[in-house]
Formats: sequence, C-alpha cells, structure tokens
Amino acid sequence: MMEYNWDFASVFMSHEALVVGLIGTLRIFIICLVAGLSLGLVVGLARYSRRRALRWPAAVFVEFFRNTPVLVQIFWFYFAFPILAPFDISPLMAAALGITLNSAAFSAEIYRGGITSIDPGQWEAARAIGMGYLQIMRRIILPQALRRMLPALTNRGIEILKMTTLASAIAYGELLHQARLIASINYNPIEAYTVVALAFFVILYPIVRATYALERRMAKGD
Amino acid sequence: MTVDPTPAEPILRIRGLHKRFGDNHVLRGINLDVMPGDRIAVLGASGSGKSTFLRCLNFMEIPSEGEITLEGTMLGRALRDGSRDYPESTLPAVRQRIGMVFQQFNLFPHMTTLGNVTEGLRIVQHRDRATSEARAMQELTRVGLAEKAQEYPARLSGGQKQRVAIARALALDPQLMLFDEPTSALDPELVGEVLGVIRSLAEEGRTMLLVTHEVGFAYHVANRVIFMADGIIQEEGPPDQVLKAPQNPRTQAFLARHKQFEF
Amino acid sequence: MYEWDFTPVIANADLLLQGLLGTLAITGTALAFGLPLGLGLALGRLSPNRALAWPAGFVIEFFRTTPPLVQLFWFFFALPILIDIRMTPFLAAAITFSIQSSAFFAEVFRAGIVSIERGQWEAARAIGMQRPQAMRRIILPQAIKRMIPAFTERSIELMKTTTLVATVSYADLLYQANELAQKTFRPIEIFTATALIYFTVIFGLSLIVQAVERRMAVSGDSTVQ
Repeated sequence: MMEYNWDFASVFMSHEALVVGLIGTLRIFIICLVAGLSLGLVVGLARYSRRRALRWPAAVFVEFFRNTPVLVQIFWFYFAFPILAPFDISPLMAAALGITLNSAAFSAEIYRGGITSIDPGQWEAARAIGMGYLQIMRRIILPQALRRMLPALTNRGIEILKMTTLASAIAYGELLHQARLIASINYNPIEAYTVVALAFFVILYPIVRATYALERRMAKGD
Repeated sequence: MTVDPTPAEPILRIRGLHKRFGDNHVLRGINLDVMPGDRIAVLGASGSGKSTFLRCLNFMEIPSEGEITLEGTMLGRALRDGSRDYPESTLPAVRQRIGMVFQQFNLFPHMTTLGNVTEGLRIVQHRDRATSEARAMQELTRVGLAEKAQEYPARLSGGQKQRVAIARALALDPQLMLFDEPTSALDPELVGEVLGVIRSLAEEGRTMLLVTHEVGFAYHVANRVIFMADGIIQEEGPPDQVLKAPQNPRTQAFLARHKQFEF
Repeated sequence: MYEWDFTPVIANADLLLQGLLGTLAITGTALAFGLPLGLGLALGRLSPNRALAWPAGFVIEFFRTTPPLVQLFWFFFALPILIDIRMTPFLAAAITFSIQSSAFFAEVFRAGIVSIERGQWEAARAIGMQRPQAMRRIILPQAIKRMIPAFTERSIELMKTTTLVATVSYADLLYQANELAQKTFRPIEIFTATALIYFTVIFGLSLIVQAVERRMAVSGDSTVQ
C-alpha cells in the first residue's frame, strides 16, 4: 500500500470543478433544508390534527416517505414523473423533490414530538387570554418547542447534506459528481474521493460536535 | 365602585349547566346568577366538579347542556335539536371578558414578566406596544411586582409567578375573574401574598368566582359561598350561613373534615 | 391521461425478485459484519486505554459523518488501486456497509452500555470481577435488551441505505428496476412498483418489530424505558 504515490495536486488543479460541485451541493442542500423542514411542520401539524381529512393523508405521506429509500424516490421523480408531468424535470428538481419529501416525512415526527412535549397548561393559559390556534402556535408553542427540537432538527439537516450526494446518481453537478468527473479525467480516484470525504467531514464534524454539546446543555437545563 | 341601588342585571347567568366526559356525568344541572361585585367562593371535595364548573364558564370545557348568558347575551349558537354549540372562533372574544387564573400559573417561560402581561394586550387586543406596556406596568404595580418586569418566570418564586398570572388576566379588563385553586400549588409561606392580592381585588368590588380550599380566606373575602358535591350545588348562601351554620348534611360533613381553618 | 399498464412489471417479476434477494443479501452481510465490528468499536471507544479509544472514536465519527455514497465510491474505485484485490460491486458494497453500519451500531452499543447504572459496575467489581468480565457477564446482557429498538431501527435504515449499491451496478432491487425501466420503456409502472415493494418490505418489517417489542414489554422483558 505504501508504494502508491499520493498526488493531491492533481485534484486541486481541478479546483474550479470542485467549486462548481460545492456550489451545486449548497444549492440543493439549501432548497431541501428549507422546503423539507417547512413542509415537515405542515405535515406534522396535519398528522395530529383533529380533522380526519388532514390526518389520514398526512399519515400516509409520512409512512410512505419514511419507509422507502430516498434513491428510489429520486429515480422515480427523474425517470417516471416526467412522463406524467407536463413540464421538464431537471436532475436538480428530481433530486430536490425526493430529498425534500423524505426530509419532510422525518421532520414531521420531530415536530410532533416537540409540540406535544410542551406542557398543556401553556395552551390553556393562552386560550384563556383569548388567543386563537395560529396565534398560540406562533407565539407560545413553537418558540418553546423549537428550542427542544433543535438537536433533532440539526441532525436532520446533517442527514440532508449527506443525502445531496445521491443527486450525483442522476448526474446533478454536486460535489461527488464533480469528483467522479475529475477522477475519470485524471485517473486519480483515490485522491479525488478522499478529498470529497474529507470535505464533508471537515464541514459536518464541527456541526455534529456542536449538536452533542447542545443536547447536553439542554438535558441539564430542562 | 359604588353599589347601584336599583336591582342590577347579573353579569353571568347560568341555567341547567351539564357536562359529561364520555359516560362520566360531572356537572348535573348548575343554576347560578353572578351579580356585579359578587365574590363567590366555590367549595367542595375533589371530584365534586368545581374546577369543571369554572372551566365551563370560559369555555375551556364546552358545556354538554345548558345556557350561559354573559351580560344579557346568551353565548353560543342554538342548534336545531335544542342544544347549543360554541364555535371556536367566537370564544376568544368571550375569554377576553372572563379572566382565568390557574392552579399551575402557566406563565409563558420564554417571555419576561412584562412580556407575559402584554401578550394578551398586543396579540389579542391588538394594542400598540407603548399602550400595552403602560397598562401592563399598571397591573404589575397593583400586584406588587413592578420591579420584576424584566425577569423571566424561572427566576420568580411560586407566589410571584401567581401574582404575575393574576396581572396577566387583569390586564385585559375582564368583567369577571375566575380563580381555579390559585394557591393549591404554592408553598404555605407563599400563599399569603397571593391571597392578599385577591383580597384587594375583592375590596375593589371585582366580580369573581374563587375555587379554593382556603376556607378561612373564603369566609373573610366572599359575599356568597357555594358548596358543590356530586356535580350540583348542594348549598348556597352567605359565608356566615354556609360556613358557620350549614344546613346541608354534605356541607356539614365536608366542613367537619376541614376543621383546621380559623375564622 | 396516462394509461397505466403493469404487465411489464408482472412479466419481469422474477428479475425484480432477484433484485430483492440481492438487497437482502447485501443487507444481511452488512449486518453480519457490522454488528460485531460495531461492538468492537464501542468497546474500544469506551476503553480507558487512549490508544484504543482515539482510533475507535475516529473511525466511528468519520463513518457517521461522511456520506455513504462517497464511502462506497472510495471503496469501489479507490481501494483496488491501493490494495491488490479484485473489486466487485458486492465486495465494495459489503465493505462499505459493514463499516458504515458498524459506526452507527457502535453508538447504539455505547449508549446502551453507558445507560447501565454505575451501581452495577460497582457491584461487579466488589465481588472481584475485572472490567472485561463485568462487561461480558453483567453489563452487556442488560444493555443489549435496552438497545433492541435502536438496533432494529438502525437495521431498517441500513436496508434503505443499501439502495446506493445500484450506482456501482450491484444487482439489488433498484438496479434491476432501473435496467427493466430502460428495457421496457415503462419507467412509471416499474419504479412505482419498486417503490411499493420497498415500502411493503420495510414497513412490514417495522410493524413486525413493533409487535415483537410490544410482546416483550408485556412479558416483562421490557425494552421500553
């Protein structure tokens, strides 16, 4: 193993390609993070609503997208959906749809846990001063619940960032896809993929540690 | 507040109030007129329905049957089968006119004391910040906690929290105050400061219903006492009668068990 | 209005079944290696010996934090250059998912072990046991029971993650589906059916697991804390 001449320079010579990849990763990450966590809140509220017309579709949505692999969903949106849909589906759209819906399903459960963990007395006090449902959610419940849900939601965000690599399977130009391109041109898969792995690690590890610290602080505070 | 010599209209008129939770028939026909300035103490054993009764008055629980008339207007909507329903959208307006103080205080922990008291003013009554804060400080001063305006609830004692809760309810200028065992969750040495505030409200002539175990306090502050058992009002009258010379055997039995109070 | 026609799915059901078996094969292999490896990593991380704890900790953190697809590509494309082995999709998949799942299992083991009260350790030491003995006879048996829900959850996650192997042409269910979709020109029915198959298998497994956990809770062998 030692005979191999590691040559990271060849990877960094293609730094423009890497930057393109990084931007691609960030773009799909932000789309899926915002859309996924927002949709997740709506679905989470619907899932435990008193109206059956909201509850059942939400439950089906959550169970389906939690129990099917993301890559299958991405392939479906890229290969199957365009035939049904009257418009073009780019790799970005297909991957974003798959990852967003998947993340919404998982975060719906996080929101449910967070919201139901708030003391019912808070609902009572807010109702007693005449607040309506949306006001109570917005001003009293969610602000308190979000603090508690932060570690779990941050974990979801980390998962979403990792899932962006799946978009390379349908040729969306994120980091891993670019690395594959570099590797095939320069015949340096070892360095190329090592760089990508390290890039993700360097970005995510501090966030992971911060999440641990956050969880510990909250366990003490509560 | 001067006492009007002409016979006044009741602030709250309750007729035939029933509440069922599934098979459990908790309130079995309550009739009551609450006149302006009344301080009504509601006594009873656990399970007598006294908390449920109070919670029906501001629709934290929806009555199964019965009519509740607030200042001449019968609340809710009549349905074809004779019962009434209470659409959620109409309730906030009612709840601004009836204030409630809870046993567990239920302050909003993520807001300061001032924030807790202004919340109703700003979000429900849509007043601007300056007006709300001025009004809130009035109430906080009345309950003796003006200097704690910027503190968060976690830093307050139980008695202080409950006084903030009272200020929060008063800030909306309700016609009627409901106190649901306001001192039951407090350490004994903190009970006095809360009772002191309630007493001063009573002396101002505030209309209130007070569910409490503090029988001695009820004797001094209330002008009417209700004793509840088995979901109905067993006995009602002035404190001297109900507390010192109860007619109803249930009342007698209850008071006999609570001999430790002093008049 | 699109006309759905599932006959190509039914006609090629045998290929899809083969794919499903491929999925199960790689999941099973990864589990078989990942569980013991995970235990080893967990024990290493908990070891008072820093020469064991640090590398174990690094492996765990690295394989939990980096995306599985990057790991798969590395093992499939890069490893054969460093080491002289014949790389196949299955081998790359097996290595990747054994290590990747072991990192997650290691955390489950560690949390379970750490959750056992110190009193148990002290009682074991008080009767003269050494650390490895105490771990093996007192701590682990109690910890394992508590960890079962987390393990099953992780295993089901693993089954979902193995779909990545389709990208290196390992014949799992997704790979077969993709091949079939291209062959029959009916991607909608093929991929919809595939999604439903995955859903049925995965959802079914999680229902079974929940039922088993409930039975265990009733019988007193509680996994619920």
